[in-house]
Order: sequence, then structure tokens, then C-alpha cells
Amino acid sequence: MSTEAIRLVWVYPDLLSTYGDRGNLLILEQRARRRGLAVEAMGVNYDQALPESGDIYLLGGGEDRPQVLAAERLRADGGLGRAVARGAAVFAVCAGYQLLGNSFYGNGEQYAGLELVDMRSDRGETRAVGELSGEVTPELGVPALTGFENHGGRTHLGPGVRPLATVTHGIGNDGATEGVWSGRMLGTYLHGPALARNPALADLLLSWIVGAALPPLADEWPSKLRGERLAALR
Amino acid sequence: MTADLPLRAKLATTLLKSAAALSRATGRGDGSVIGGRVGLKVEPQLLALLARGRQVALVSGTNGKTTTTRFVAAAMGVLGEVATNSFGANMPTGHTTALAQAPAKAKLAVLEVDEHYLRHVLPQTQPRVVALLNLSRDQMDRAMEVGMMAETWRGVLSGVDTHVVANCDDPMIVWAASAAKSVTWVAAGQRWQEDSFVCPNCGRHLDRQGAGWACPGCELRRPVPQWSLDEAGAVIAPDGRRFEVTLQLPGRVNKANAATALAVAAQFGVDPAHALPRLAQVASIAGRYATVVKDGHTIRLLLAKNPAGWLEALDMVEPGCPVLLAINARDPDGLDTSWLYDVDFSPLHGRRVLVCGDRAYDLCVRLDINEVAFEHVPDFPAALRAAGPGRLEVVANYTAFQDIRAELDRVN
Repeated sequence: MSTEAIRLVWVYPDLLSTYGDRGNLLILEQRARRRGLAVEAMGVNYDQALPESGDIYLLGGGEDRPQVLAAERLRADGGLGRAVARGAAVFAVCAGYQLLGNSFYGNGEQYAGLELVDMRSDRGETRAVGELSGEVTPELGVPALTGFENHGGRTHLGPGVRPLATVTHGIGNDGATEGVWSGRMLGTYLHGPALARNPALADLLLSWIVGAALPPLADEWPSKLRGERLAALR
Repeated sequence: MTADLPLRAKLATTLLKSAAALSRATGRGDGSVIGGRVGLKVEPQLLALLARGRQVALVSGTNGKTTTTRFVAAAMGVLGEVATNSFGANMPTGHTTALAQAPAKAKLAVLEVDEHYLRHVLPQTQPRVVALLNLSRDQMDRAMEVGMMAETWRGVLSGVDTHVVANCDDPMIVWAASAAKSVTWVAAGQRWQEDSFVCPNCGRHLDRQGAGWACPGCELRRPVPQWSLDEAGAVIAPDGRRFEVTLQLPGRVNKANAATALAVAAQFGVDPAHALPRLAQVASIAGRYATVVKDGHTIRLLLAKNPAGWLEALDMVEPGCPVLLAINARDPDGLDTSWLYDVDFSPLHGRRVLVCGDRAYDLCVRLDINEVAFEHVPDFPAALRAAGPGRLEVVANYTAFQDIRAELDRVN
């Protein structure tokens, strides 16, 4: 394990932080610290250059206008793509998740995404609001997915692109799959925040950076929360 | 009041009152909603008809509207009897009931308006003044996004004769209010800034320095306030007079609400010196800020419904006393608990913290991440047993607050 600190970069908290998105950053930070790993967290506003030396980049949710602005700035900056090519991990939620793809809809128009994953997003006929559960794609070795979704978009994965999970309750991408897994990138529609409800995903991201599985934590409260939320859907 | 109403409106008013009375008698609530629903069914224009011949003030915003409405109603009481929706029923059904049940001689009306309904209620009631307090994230699983709300308000306010009293510290409010013909600016503060980093007009990052803010890309900037609070929490009026504000309600945010109320009442000719003693009488509002003494416990109730509200509430809790936090996620609360991560609970470090509510586990995970020590308890009675005799501060979101209020004989 490297003695260097794990660098967490929260991308544009001034644009992409609709509801509790800071939570995912705080959870990654705490779960690293509790393993004795050094960690540095920073937020980068959209009028700043995105540092390319980060280890895990977080993109949160946002309204249409900020999402469109974030897409423009991230495309012009180019730093996220270079970081990913270097081996950085990405955890993207909701509007931030849609940005990873080839295109998305905002304010009724189609916009270009960051083209980091072969997928595209458009508008669904209904808004997907409520609890979601799913079975995580088996290779990731993570227990059932749980969270709260609230989005008007639908996401279509390109051929050969793996979802994060198959949906057992809720809508997700299209009623069948939810989120995306591509290399060291994870995308999801889920709030909760997602890593509070799925700490194993936080550990997965950290393990990609340290290059080894992490020792388990006690996790009394996250386990109780997961149990309660998953049971509520049965 | 009913004397000069058309026949159908008179009938609607009578039916409204009966429905409300029946609802109260059967213990279903205060009857505001059902009464208004019946009245508006019979006469869809009932709210507009009841508002005619009255001088109306509306109060809207994400936080503080119930308290500010109470303050405005208290201040306007200087002029005579005031009709108001004091039960917090802040949709058109509640407004209609409030006006239908008010005596004919109540020629003044002060109505709290849900943010989403301002666009309907403003044209219906033709208010003389509308007060706009703040806009921030609240129940995002069904509420309008903050920027969209501000835009809707802009549309409603452009071209109307209503005078606006607005918070110059909230860029969203300033953008919305500046569409109006005439505005009085109040420096009511904005501790929660996370929904107004970006200019609502042009999308640039706002520059902020102390209380000041300005957009580098367009004309939007903080207007010079006519009403403000000084360091000591005294209100400075437009004519330069300084008024000490003594309230029973805690927190600087309530002094700011008082300043807004004084600015609204001043539009009707009320002098702050006459209004202030009446504001000092307000002790609690539908249980909010109420202190209850029960079986050796002294329990104070604080309601906090969204991140901005929690920021204020955590600032109000008495130093040293144990605190009970109660969280639900039922329909009126919003179903998504993610907002817990928009609240920094670290002001609670070193205190005794108890946690209950339907969604206590969400809060337990949040507090654990925040490294705030806590004890999970099954319900309010268990919290009282755990806390032991003495003071207990309770901070709860909407339905959790109502549950606890029910355990305390629906304290007002």
C-alpha cells in the first residue's frame, strides 16, 4: 500500500450538489481513515481547473442548467478524461452519472457528454421517484444495491457496457438495469446518499486505488439501515 | 363579511364553515383544508371574493414563513382585527378558510403561502404587500428545483402593483423580487448558501465578500437594504431609528423574521415602536419553540424541515443540555433522507445526543460519519427515560415533530 494520501476530488460542488452529494465524499474519507489510510479531500469549483492527480473523482446530482454548464466546463477542461486514462476511479450520481456518457438531455435539448462511457441518456415518460433495489453485477462482489432514485432521465447502455446492477425494485436506467460499471468508473441514479446505503461500493472504489481488499469495518449502523430499507421493499 | 358577497359565495362560505366545524368536532384536525375544499368546490372564485375589500399581505419562502406570518399578524394588530391562517394551512384551501371564518370587521389579512402556490394566490388575493424570505432546497423528491421556483416567482411578480418586501441577502430572492415594480429590501441574512453559488440570471459564479455578493457576469448584486439588523440584533429602520428587539423566540433568524414583519407592517402604516411589544408576546407557534414541563422534564421543541432549517435549529439549542433528534420520511417530510448529509451535525460534539424516528437509522449512519456520539432510542417516551429529569432540547422534522407534539397533548 502506498504511503501517499488517497486524493478525493469532488467535482464542481457549486454545480453538482443537489441533495446530500457531499455524503459520498465524507463516507469515502471516513472509511479510508478508519483503515488507517491517509486521505485528502478537496472540492473543485467549476471556475477552477480540475486537478489530474486525483485518485477518486466524485460527480453529484444537479438541476438541468448546472448540468449543462458542468458538461461544457468538463469538456473544455479535459482533466477528468486524462485522470481516468491514468487509472483514477470515478463515482458519479444522477446528473453526474449522465455526464459520463455520449449525450444527455437538459432543458429539452440534447447535449454532448464527456464520452467516457458508451451510453446515452434521454427523457423518460415519467419521473422515477422512490426506493430502488437491485442485484449488483456479480463480478463486483458487492451485496444488494439499495437507494433512493429521483430522476426524469433514462439511460441506454451501449453494447458491451455493463450495468452496475439489475433492478429488483424501481426504475434505474430503464426498469431493467441500474447504473454503469466501466473500468474504474461507477455511475448510478441513486441517492441516499448511495455510499451511505452501500458502503461496500465505497470500499470497492478505495480498493481499486490501494490495489488490495480492505479489512472489514464494524458497520453496525449501515447494516441496520440496509436491512431496514431492503426489508421495506419485500 | 358575507353581507356583500354574491349568493353562491355566501352558500359556499356557510358550507365551508360547517365542514370545518364537523372536521374539528370529529377530531380530524382543525378543518382548514376540508372546509376550504368544500367552499372552493361550490364557488371556485371564493378566495378572490373573500379577499375583496380586505388589505392583504402574503408571506412566502422556504423557511420562517409560519413565524413571520405570526409576527406580521401581531404587528398589524395595531391597526385592528387581522384574518390569518394561523394553523400553518398554507395552500388556497387554508387561505379560503381563514378568510371565511374571520369576522367581517377584520379588514386586514395576513396569509402564509406555500412557495408553490404563490403564483395562484397572488392573482386571487391581489395583495398590497408580499414578503419573500428565502429559497433553498426542500423535499426535492417532489418540490420544484430552487432555480425554477425563483423563475416562477419572477413571472408572477412582473407587472403587478403589489409591493414586495424581500431579503437582499438571498440572491435567488433578489432575482425573483427585482421583477416587481417596487421593493423594500431587508437584510434578513442567509446562512445557508449552497443553493445560490451560481447567478440565477446568467449562471456565473457569484462573488461573495462578507454580507456582500455580486455577479461578475451581469447586473445582479446585493441591493442596499432599507431594513437591517446590527451586531447586537437590534433592527435599524429606513429612517435610521434603532429598535431593540426582545422576543421569546430564539435565534438571530427570528430577529430577522421580526425585521421583515416590521417592514411589511410599515407598508400599512404601523410604526415599529408600536408593533414590537406585540412581537414580544409571541411565545410559540403550533408547538414550534414551545417549552413543555412534564414529569420533571423541561422539553423545548424546535422544528427543522430542511438543511437551512437544521443549520438554524442547531444554532438555537441550549449549550450543555441533551438533545433529541427525530427524523421521519413520510409524505409531508419528503421521502428522501439524503439531505441529512447537507447538515453538519458537528455543533453537537460533546453533548448527549439521542436519536429516534421512523428513519433513525439514516440519522445514525450520518452521525457516525460526522463522528458525533449518539444513543438510538425506540421512541419519544424512551428518549425521556434515557435523558432523565431536567432540560431536553428536541429538534425534529415535520411529521416527527407532530408525533412528539401529540405525546405532549398537542402543545401550541
